[in-house]
Amino acid sequence: MTQPASTTEPAAQTSVTGLLDHPMHWRRAGVLLALLVALPFVAQASGQEFYIGVASRILIFALAAVSLNLILGFGGMVSFGHAAYLGLGAYTVGILMFHGVTSAWLAWPLAVLASGLFALAIGAISLRTKGVYFIMITLAFAQMLYYIAVSVKAYGGDDGLSLASRSTLLPGVDLADDRIFYFVVLVLFVLVFWGVQRLLNARFGHTLQAIRENEPRMVAIGFPVYRYKLVAFTIAGALAGLAGVLLVNLNSFASPSMLQWHQSGVLMMMVILGGVGHLYGPVIGAVVFLLLEEILAGFTIHWQFGLGALLLAVVLAAPNGLMSLATRRHTGEGKK
Amino acid sequence: MGILILEQALNGLQFGLMLFLLAAGLTLVFGIMDMINLAHGSLYMIGAYLIATVALASNSFVVGLGVGIVATAVIGMLLEMTILRRLYQRDHLSQVLGTFAILLMCNEAVRMVWGPQPVMLNPPDALAGPVQLLPGFSYSAFRLLIIGVGLAVALLLYLGVTRTRVGMQVRAGASNREMALAMGVNVQRLFTLVFGLGAALCAVAGGMLGPLLSVQVGMGESILILAFVVIVIGGIGSIRGALMGSLLVGVVDTSGRTLVPMLLEGLFGPAVAANAGAAIASILIYVLMAAVLFYKPQGLFPAHG
Repeated sequence: MTQPASTTEPAAQTSVTGLLDHPMHWRRAGVLLALLVALPFVAQASGQEFYIGVASRILIFALAAVSLNLILGFGGMVSFGHAAYLGLGAYTVGILMFHGVTSAWLAWPLAVLASGLFALAIGAISLRTKGVYFIMITLAFAQMLYYIAVSVKAYGGDDGLSLASRSTLLPGVDLADDRIFYFVVLVLFVLVFWGVQRLLNARFGHTLQAIRENEPRMVAIGFPVYRYKLVAFTIAGALAGLAGVLLVNLNSFASPSMLQWHQSGVLMMMVILGGVGHLYGPVIGAVVFLLLEEILAGFTIHWQFGLGALLLAVVLAAPNGLMSLATRRHTGEGKK
Repeated sequence: MGILILEQALNGLQFGLMLFLLAAGLTLVFGIMDMINLAHGSLYMIGAYLIATVALASNSFVVGLGVGIVATAVIGMLLEMTILRRLYQRDHLSQVLGTFAILLMCNEAVRMVWGPQPVMLNPPDALAGPVQLLPGFSYSAFRLLIIGVGLAVALLLYLGVTRTRVGMQVRAGASNREMALAMGVNVQRLFTLVFGLGAALCAVAGGMLGPLLSVQVGMGESILILAFVVIVIGGIGSIRGALMGSLLVGVVDTSGRTLVPMLLEGLFGPAVAANAGAAIASILIYVLMAAVLFYKPQGLFPAHG
């Protein structure tokens, strides 16, 4: 069974890395991390504390986009219902707090667990279908959860669910302080990003990408393809749940619109904008998308028009996302 | 009880037929061009706005409907020729992103032109009142007109697709695009034509549903998702599947919203019915779709192979 993994080694010798490897680029990552750590201090020193919240928001969406990229970019599974797990994470925290459970140590793992379990169940059914049907069935499940959130009046229904406060983490560590919250988000983001990078370069990640490239061959070799895809789908759902946990804490508000298909579309846009199947793609996508939104909204109330025009230009001019402009590496993404 | 069920069945039929108008265009574009078009709902919205505006200016619903349908078809064809044509050869992901961008732009453009407030579209005065169908049972005349128009369009579409030369090319394109190309079908012109037809059908649906639902920004999105559900249930690329799927979804959705809360109230009391009833009713069609895909992953009437 080690045969498939070892076939990447000749490639690893000829070039710096193999085709399926996704190096961290430690030097660049270090600079980026240093900038992210410095950001709240710079923002505070220049009196622009507002941007600490913006940065938290961007990191949270980057986290969600990274989780979507795991299945969309590396697994070739075009899930159009990823917002469902974001919303599940958010609502789990919201509902627990509604019943008086404020501890992050209890609520956050439960929320991640709930998202993961739902992803497991939804994935188990959805992965029986392929192509466009997979896109649509994931969308259908997300819409079901959306309508449930809208209909259940006990938890706010259409109006959404307000949180009394942010979760409590440790005595003395007050998440209501935007700077502390930012660092919690940053730590979790770095951990998830690092974990996903490790996963992709491990045997599991290589198998997942091989399935994306040629599923029949992987079946023929004897890999339990369905199980690999389901595990990846579940992990992605759980990580999106974590993003939802952070998002609901940031806004102190869980809204049904978090689960809506529009939100799934936005997450997909971030991934595609940055570059499908690039390690840093979804992060770049989330940063560019949310900054564009922020900047355009400052100019005109009709910012969505400009956003749409720019996105369309990216689709037409840079088919494989912004990262492809930088690397121009042909990945051979075919029509699925 | 009998009257109620009859009324719900007619409402379901009416909604299903309108869904069919949207789903037919969507399934053809999907089946022939292998293209996911999220902007299809925007054409429905634009059609409804144009019809409402012309109808108000000319003081005639019929004139508004006619002008709006033609104008929307032209807009659809222009959209196809300028932008969408470039997306056919791309993967589904690029199509989703590209048409999502168009959807955002359409929504914003409509908001710029007509403002954020909903626009009024009134049915013609002659059809404003109810009609007595059976002793003790009257039904809205305008809804009857919708059913009539829907049936007529469905019949015309059926005849057009099965009995004409262009229809034959459309079917050939839907079941095997490469083969149709090899047989000398002018695929580019056919695509533009099909897209224009899809846009016109959107406008018809927009004009018919406009007086019932409100004409506002974002009206296309909720119905677009329903249309996608319909074509996935029916089988992508199949007109017959789109019709069956539409009627199924229309009836299940409409009657579910009335009958499920009633049923729950009878079983568990009003408190449960108020909460769970609405939730169950609104997810019924998605449960239906998931169930169909579970047992028939290609939909009920697959067009390919």
